[in-house]
Amino acid sequence: MKILVAVKRVIDYNVKVRVKADNTGVETANVKMSMNPFCEIAVEEAVRLKEQGVASEIIVASIGPQQSQETLRTALALGADRAILVKTDEEVQPLAVSKILKELVNKESPDMVILGKQTIDGDNNQTGQMLSALLDWPQGTFASKVVVEDGKVNVTREIDGGLETVALQLPAVVTTDLRLNEPRFASLPNIMKAKKKTLDETTPDELGVDISPRVKTLKVESPPAREAGIKVESVDELVEKLKNEAKVI
Amino acid sequence: MTTLVIAEHTNSELLPSTLNTVAAAKFLGNDIHVLVAGHNADSVAEAAAKVEGVAKVIAVNDEKLEHALAENVANLTVELAEGYSHILAPATTFGKNFMPRVAAKLDVQMISDIVSVESDDTFKRPVYAGNAIATVQSADNVKVVTVRATAFDAVAAEGGSADVDSKTLSSGFEKSSFVGQELTESERPELTGAKVIISGGRGMQSGENFHMLEEIADKLGAAVGASRAAVDAGFVPNDYQVGQTGKIVAPELYIAVGISGAIQHLAGMKDSKVIVAINKDEEAPIFQVADYGLVADLFKVLPELKEAL
Repeated sequence: MKILVAVKRVIDYNVKVRVKADNTGVETANVKMSMNPFCEIAVEEAVRLKEQGVASEIIVASIGPQQSQETLRTALALGADRAILVKTDEEVQPLAVSKILKELVNKESPDMVILGKQTIDGDNNQTGQMLSALLDWPQGTFASKVVVEDGKVNVTREIDGGLETVALQLPAVVTTDLRLNEPRFASLPNIMKAKKKTLDETTPDELGVDISPRVKTLKVESPPAREAGIKVESVDELVEKLKNEAKVI
Repeated sequence: MTTLVIAEHTNSELLPSTLNTVAAAKFLGNDIHVLVAGHNADSVAEAAAKVEGVAKVIAVNDEKLEHALAENVANLTVELAEGYSHILAPATTFGKNFMPRVAAKLDVQMISDIVSVESDDTFKRPVYAGNAIATVQSADNVKVVTVRATAFDAVAAEGGSADVDSKTLSSGFEKSSFVGQELTESERPELTGAKVIISGGRGMQSGENFHMLEEIADKLGAAVGASRAAVDAGFVPNDYQVGQTGKIVAPELYIAVGISGAIQHLAGMKDSKVIVAINKDEEAPIFQVADYGLVADLFKVLPELKEAL
């Protein structure tokens, strides 16, 4: 079984994001970038499926600037077999991302595509579902467990109020939630080996996908700041304030 | 111009997130239609017809819709989409699951998780875990939008008298099926709808210690939540998680116990009306957003709080 995993290079999740003074976006100059955490979980899941003997090949793809190569090398070091960079310096919105991935699916014919449920920059949570719709494939989103058997994949999903399990005929799209697995760290020998693995490059143009944005960002602002309140000395004082001042209990 | 709102429900009950979504739809100023796609969900369609501001309810009854599988709900929505200028659903796991499918089939760039309606094509939405708010404008003919429920005050559940129009699902999607569900059983209110929430973090030290929060929750009629650190540590299941990667809440009162206040947690609760923080580390960032802070050992404070309530 062949698995395609899509990954994105984003501002590292430990970085405190700052809005630019001219309100056009957030500061990205000299900011640490990393693989989106949900994408790391997607790579890890694919690698585990390969280790279980379920998957035979893992192809990892990323869409973005030249530096996205680093993200792809990270995925290769974690255990992916080869990589494809769809190079562009333009903003690519989820609909366009899913159209590009659809073209890659048509070329590579994977049995499963695994993606993170969302990236921590745009927080859109759209690409996996959109790709699945464009391919008319079944989808298992927000996965906390993935079991492949008999041409099917059972996906246990994190939903409001608990868990739900769906059975999907392969090929299918799976998006990862936090509890699916804990990604490993790449070992030094594997980082060295990853440098020799194949990394092909293409562009949205070569794939015939129009990536012009449909949604325009007019302004990016800091959220309204919340003022710190007061410190209370005791539980009694706290309860008194909540009853008589805030009037919430 | 007409707006279609996709109702979230349990086949027997209309969920409150639908009322918040209708509230967002009202800002658009169009006629509002509500789609109730389910199985034996007549009571839901009746409830939707009574919601303030709803002009028409479209009820589709089919056993293939019983579990709201994304593929079926999306295909149905696409079939019904003609004539609508806006399609809205709550940004819950229900809406997030199927709405991008609708958008892709309509060749529309969806707008996720809006917190305000600026005009018929312009919306505000949080990005970077709520560390920035983007104002975005859609150039697509149809706007496909999910709505952050806590950002809009619910419309009244009573007062309307819309007609209910029954339609059928033309065909089901064969490649996916529902296997089962494990819902967390709880007498307490749902996190996203609770007026009071008490949440525990890594400071709780174990899952067993969460019973101290539960006892207080029962006195306050509160829901129990947790930080991602507490979930990652295995103290409680993931559906307790409040934060950018969990649930977004905005209760009247939020009590954070043993939670340091990581950005990702704050993103999920900072719109609460009153925030109380209990933490022994006085430098914890949670105190920067708390209305009332108590620097103390939670294991001493919680029994006292239980007594005092």
